[in-house]
Amino acid sequence: MLYATASQTVGPYLHIGLAALDCADLTADAPDLAGQRIVIEGRVIDGRGEPVPDGMVEIWQANPAGRYRHEEDTGDAPLVPGFTGFGRVPTGPDGGFRFVTVKPGPVPDLAGDLQAPHIMVSVFTRGLVKHVATRLYFGDEAAANAADSVLGLVPPARRATLVADATAPGSYRWNVVLQGADETVFFDI
Amino acid sequence: MPPRPGPYRRPYWDTQPPYRFDPYGSTQLRAPSQPLIALPQSISELTGPTFGPEFVRDGDNDLTAGHGGEPIGERILVTGRVLDENGRPVPHALIEIWQANAAGRYVHKRDQHDAPLDPNFTGDGRTLTDAQGRYQFKTIKPGAYPWRNHHNAWRPQHIHFSLFGNAYATRLVTQMYFPGDPLLAFDPIFNCVPDAKARDRLIATFDWATTSPEYALGYQFDIVLRGRDATPME
Repeated sequence: MLYATASQTVGPYLHIGLAALDCADLTADAPDLAGQRIVIEGRVIDGRGEPVPDGMVEIWQANPAGRYRHEEDTGDAPLVPGFTGFGRVPTGPDGGFRFVTVKPGPVPDLAGDLQAPHIMVSVFTRGLVKHVATRLYFGDEAAANAADSVLGLVPPARRATLVADATAPGSYRWNVVLQGADETVFFDI
Repeated sequence: MPPRPGPYRRPYWDTQPPYRFDPYGSTQLRAPSQPLIALPQSISELTGPTFGPEFVRDGDNDLTAGHGGEPIGERILVTGRVLDENGRPVPHALIEIWQANAAGRYVHKRDQHDAPLDPNFTGDGRTLTDAQGRYQFKTIKPGAYPWRNHHNAWRPQHIHFSLFGNAYATRLVTQMYFPGDPLLAFDPIFNCVPDAKARDRLIATFDWATTSPEYALGYQFDIVLRGRDATPME
């Protein structure tokens, strides 16, 4: 058996190699989703509460019908033309990031129960020797969140770190805190 | 319905770095302090973005091309295979790379190192592995450069590699180093990996078979992504 190659930090100059795939608007090539757009905004913050201005956020998600564009998702829900489910943005000077996307539909967990709608989020930056993996849930899905098997693995006091505030219809606010008292929950996947 | 393959394996002990590694100063305020929460791999983790040929243009794997002239530096060929832990090739996988120029300078606003930029070198490349998981880049050997981690800190020569593999769970960003680099022993980023063999696997091997006569030295660098356990018994 081989062993997976060790992770190394992206360093401060990641944009040179990674900007070509930047995608802040996941709906840009999917006109069918024009009426369902949402905006997710937030900041990446370090252990002292300072912005992380030299990082990158990637997201991966299902479409509104709960279907991932991937051969392993053999569900019946339809794919949406032009929607890949992948997004990538660099963080700004204030640590900020912003995605235009759609709320994903629910997908099953290992027991076959539906998970609450969620977006997979990875953060890469200088100082992270391997990326951190977390999930974004939606603050206006309280009932689904309460039944979600993954949120159920998280100590109740920390669950709120995974839930984006619905600040207006279709607008969500969610920060990633890498370290400290309000540290975001990160997963070993 | 055919049985599904099992989950992606957890890392073997000490082959991956811990988040907090104090000699690398930037980890001190950015490493999570809480333990990670182990997550069973659902369809969300077993799927991931895939990138077809439309994301890579001809020549994207030649970092010496696309400018007005040839970049300064030692021309090299970097080749290898992307495999999973079970030894199976990972075909049609996107690889993104970036690096400093031969003088040890990045084309980046944050890089203030007093070394010359090269108008003929940007330092980014992309390619897809072929059906056997093979890839090749043509580039120039990056220079070492100073950084402010500690007194007289210098990064060994390296190339950054970013890969997705087939799933969200296989995402990997790493760095490739060069054999015989005296700076490796002193580099906290290289040395954040506890296991010495795992560190050594980050060092490319000089390769005569890849070396092109009268043209470029060749280096071999294989990359291994997480593999899946055998299909669980139903």
